[in-house]
Amino acid sequence: MNAPAGAAGTPEPFLSVRDLRVRFSTEDGTVHAVDGLSFGLERGRTLGVVGESGSGKSVTALALMGLHDRRTASVTGEVLLDGHELTGAPEKKLERLRGNRVAMVFQDPLTALSPYHTVGRQIAEPFVRHTGASRRQGRLRAVEMLGRVGIPQPARRVDDYPHQFSGGMRQRVVIAMALVCNPSLLIADEPTTALDVTVQAQILDLLGDLRQEFGSAVVLITHDLGVVAGTADDVLVMYAGRAVERGPVREVLRDPQHPYTRGLLDSVPRLSSDPEEPLVPIPGAPPSLLVPHPADGSRAPDGGGPLRGCPFLPRCAFSGRVEGGDRCRTERPVLPAGRGAACHLTERQRRTAFAEEARPRPGRP
Amino acid sequence: MLRFLVRRTLGAAAVLLLISAFTFFLFFSIPQDPALLACGKNCTADAVALIHRNLGLDDPVPLQYAAFMTGIVTGREFAAGPCPAPCFGYSFANDRPVFETLADRFPTTASLTVGGAVVFLAVGLGAGMIAAARRGTATDKVVSSVSLVLSSMQIYFLGPVVLGVLVYGTGLLPSPSYVPLTEDPAGWFTGLLIPWCVMAVIFTANYTRMARSTLIEQLQEDHVRTARAKGMPGRTVFFRYAWRGSLIPIVTIFGMDLGSLFGGAMITEFTFGLAGLGRLAVDSVIDIDLPMIMGVMLFSSALILLCNIVVDAAYALIDPRVRLDAGSSA
Ligand SMILES: Nc1ncnc2c1ncn2[C@@H]1O[C@H](COP(=O)(O)OP(=O)(O)OP(=O)(O)O)[C@@H](O)[C@H]1O
Ligand code: SF4
Ligand SMILES: [Mg+2]
Repeated sequence: MNAPAGAAGTPEPFLSVRDLRVRFSTEDGTVHAVDGLSFGLERGRTLGVVGESGSGKSVTALALMGLHDRRTASVTGEVLLDGHELTGAPEKKLERLRGNRVAMVFQDPLTALSPYHTVGRQIAEPFVRHTGASRRQGRLRAVEMLGRVGIPQPARRVDDYPHQFSGGMRQRVVIAMALVCNPSLLIADEPTTALDVTVQAQILDLLGDLRQEFGSAVVLITHDLGVVAGTADDVLVMYAGRAVERGPVREVLRDPQHPYTRGLLDSVPRLSSDPEEPLVPIPGAPPSLLVPHPADGSRAPDGGGPLRGCPFLPRCAFSGRVEGGDRCRTERPVLPAGRGAACHLTERQRRTAFAEEARPRPGRP
Repeated sequence: MLRFLVRRTLGAAAVLLLISAFTFFLFFSIPQDPALLACGKNCTADAVALIHRNLGLDDPVPLQYAAFMTGIVTGREFAAGPCPAPCFGYSFANDRPVFETLADRFPTTASLTVGGAVVFLAVGLGAGMIAAARRGTATDKVVSSVSLVLSSMQIYFLGPVVLGVLVYGTGLLPSPSYVPLTEDPAGWFTGLLIPWCVMAVIFTANYTRMARSTLIEQLQEDHVRTARAKGMPGRTVFFRYAWRGSLIPIVTIFGMDLGSLFGGAMITEFTFGLAGLGRLAVDSVIDIDLPMIMGVMLFSSALILLCNIVVDAAYALIDPRVRLDAGSSA
């Protein structure tokens, strides 16, 4: 790829996240929402981040933007954007990057826009701030961006308020606002979840087109594997605040290596699958990420997450096949670099296991 | 906006008409002959009869009401003297038309109310903003506890205490008085400073707590997070987005407080011996000066209705989603 080579000759990806941890201190204890996440992303590529609700996708996105409240959230690890360290960076520096180099599209377009300001003003605002353009230029740019995202009669609609637009149109406005400064990284957190199915497809197409046009790297967060299949280059599967599998989209979808990924795939309809075949949701629920405060009132020892072994263990049908007995319970499986899964099963064990236990059918115990 | 104003003004006029009719007929059920009051100390039966005729007190009540209402537009002539339009009746206790007394007293009450409101809005909302911006810190806790203590204060308790300490005890401040603003701006200001502050105290705490809580709520809003995601600096995010969103609840509460604001002004007038409408209301009740009571009632009702229209119009200015001309509400 066209990634700039690091000084030592090792290619440093455009976005590099290493051992990212986000913890919230709450009244009940510490929530380990993201617990040692690492990934890289090149310019012009799209990374799909999937996982069940509560797996830490949004928390990760906000951490990349530096948007967590410093009073309640502790963010550690490394987020390198084009060589800039973002974790722990001073707020002033983050303000210069946000909306400029890194931009975000939020899930709900109905609440993401301010009801009190015209869409034109909201789109122009970051442009004026980051490029030093005049208000007039900002307005022209807003009209231009509205046209780019496919809003009819942009010159007229620029002075309208968000409530005068439909949900899909508002999401286009949000996208226009995110792209107004040509960001090199765009983070989209479930950008289509709140929209009608037909509108969903339009918005995804738009994001794809704009990515090509602007050459931005995109982190696309979704719980919809169909969306990932259609739009992402690579995929990162998250579970309980950790990455459990990663790889190029086609490979992961065709040949999942982690029992959780396989479960996810079984729970969504696929074109290739027999329409008679029932969908099988993964039984059970994700583990709690909360480490309660010790009863004696002292703070919980730092660093220790809520789970020692594999977080998927209680829901996993294959843990019995792992050699060495208790490893799934005692030893945290690591995600290898490149294509791979955070699971103690060896390649051979996995193949035979997945083949034998073809698909768990309802009715079977 | 224009249609809204016309509609609301007509509505207010209708309400005033009802109030006037209600009070007018109510007063005729009071077992007290107004003529006796008008007659004064050395009264004879003949004199009372004369006054009866003069005031039309022997006419049927609806006819008297009609005379009263026309008088507002055209003015009336009483035996005691002329009452030019707008004539709200003639006060025999004061021996002058009701409206003249109202017009005399109004500036005091207006100065007190507006000044007090400015003080508690500035201090209350300001403190609320500071507490919200520093939520969770020591500053926040101090502001919150102070406002809790102040909210339990009462004008009639605080007023004399302040008077005793700051005016009679130390002489730091001049004793409260009312000098018209147009005559002596500095005197107007210093004379009203203590009443303003004392009156503001009971409201300030409420506004501090409300501003703090709505601001903290607004700061969690998605669109405020969007503004931060755009790289807007904290100050801009706070004022342009979070504060903007807090205005609607604040204006709503302010609108509902208008009544108690006038009430507070009246108590304050009484506490500090200022001659305003509140004082006038109390005096005229004691004197059973019916025309005056009615005048004060109509006049203050009109003021409150007017302020409510202004508050509702303010909604439209604050929130573009509010469309005054649509719908039949309000
Ligand atoms: N501010 C916070 N304070 C405490 N806990 C939080 C906070 N924000 C998120 N969490 C917790 O962190 C975990 C991960 O949340 P997150 O929003 O990232 O999930 P998600 O993967 O985006 O799920 P969804 O698909 O529902 O959006 C959840 O258990 C959530 O309760
Ligand atoms: S490590 Fe063990 S429990 Fe976890 S997914 Fe692999 S087999 Fe299942
Ligand atoms: Mg989420």
